[in-house]
Amino acid sequence: MLTKRIVPCLDIKNGRTVKGVNFVNLIDAGDPVVLAKQYADLGADELVFLDIAATLENRGTTLDMVLKVAEQVNIPFTVGGGISSVEHVDALLKCGADKVSINSSAVKRPELVSELADKFGSQCVVVAIDAKQIDGEWFVHLAGGTIPTEIKLFDWAKEVEQRGAGEILFTSMNHDGTKAGFANEALAYLSELVNIPIIASGGAGTVQHFADTFIKGKSDAALAASVFHFGEIPILELKQELQKQGVPVRI
Amino acid sequence: MNKEIKNINYKSESSSPLGKLDGALVIIDYGAGNIKSIQFAFKRLGINAVLTNSIDEIKAADKVIFPGVGEASSAMKMLQESGLDKVIPTLKQPVLGICLGMQLMCNHSEEGNTQGLGIFDVAVKRFSNDVKVPQMGWNVINDLKSDLFKGVKEREFMYLVHSFYAEKCDEMIAKTDYEIEYASALQNDNFYGVQFHPEKSALAGSKILENFLEL
Repeated sequence: MLTKRIVPCLDIKNGRTVKGVNFVNLIDAGDPVVLAKQYADLGADELVFLDIAATLENRGTTLDMVLKVAEQVNIPFTVGGGISSVEHVDALLKCGADKVSINSSAVKRPELVSELADKFGSQCVVVAIDAKQIDGEWFVHLAGGTIPTEIKLFDWAKEVEQRGAGEILFTSMNHDGTKAGFANEALAYLSELVNIPIIASGGAGTVQHFADTFIKGKSDAALAASVFHFGEIPILELKQELQKQGVPVRI
Repeated sequence: MNKEIKNINYKSESSSPLGKLDGALVIIDYGAGNIKSIQFAFKRLGINAVLTNSIDEIKAADKVIFPGVGEASSAMKMLQESGLDKVIPTLKQPVLGICLGMQLMCNHSEEGNTQGLGIFDVAVKRFSNDVKVPQMGWNVINDLKSDLFKGVKEREFMYLVHSFYAEKCDEMIAKTDYEIEYASALQNDNFYGVQFHPEKSALAGSKILENFLEL
């Protein structure tokens, strides 16, 4: 049986790991390569690296980091942040990234999703969607959640699936940084709406939050940062509890 | 954060008979796939794998990895352009197809209605939409039947990303269940194929690559 994935996310700035609370007040939480290797050994199923301050100038630094991670880590990983061209994705995949995650650039130019899927295959194209619920309706936000758009979350999710996205990473801006649980109602709806895997993001605070997002939110994977980086939730204990509650996990 | 998941011990026992000689192990580089990850996985085992599309180098190698990620018909086209489609089925040394590499070694794939290399006498079909496609993540392998899986336990977890699968058949040496049971590994003589990614499947995957080196 296919298991549910636990995905630590490492936010990267200038080659270091950081995690924002509601995307501000960054706190340093370590060296990405060391952390990645540790997570692989501790039982993480997959990793996500988000370059939150990606610029053209530091692209080389990120590629170096990707290469080092690929050399040392024996589980799959995704790289995101500031990716807007086929050439950039080609470079990241050649450095050993398994998947890339695109966000604002896909909203600005939806053809990018199709171009990447055609050239590299859907399996390596993750579309990250940051959305905020305003008066009951979910709207897509850009640039790390700072810029609102009029695009509706569910319309956008359906479109990226049709364009060949292999997976959707959905972050609820209402939940991110709150440690009060994932946006399970929206997640469950999303999971029924599209036929590609959904990674839940934003709101992880307790072990039960993970169980809830798999059971109630029908998520295929759950992503979190600070609860893992600061050792608040050990991955093995998390998986043991999930197993107890009937959620299939890799132990 | 200091509790490690206790698994069976997949630690490398000895240095491989291949040693570190360049050219003993080649990864076919025909433009399809995450070959860097495979090369790094062997590097972690202390083995230098050479990336090549040279027919001479491939023929002369002791062991050959046939990778592949992407779409079947375009990958097959790339094989045909380099003449590798004629060479691969004639190889006498152990050959390991990974993911799309394995699928291309089959008779036919529904993906792009692609004629395969016919090494494995089986068809490749698409999962139905009753399940999420692609299957993405960790699933178990069962009924392990080859030296490729020496020291690997039944129901071991492997990382898989795929929308198409090889049906169960006589050449099946491992099976996996996703909507239906399908062949997640195949063997015909010196040809091996795995649907999963051993290079991304933690220590158990690494053990399979090590076993391949010792075939």
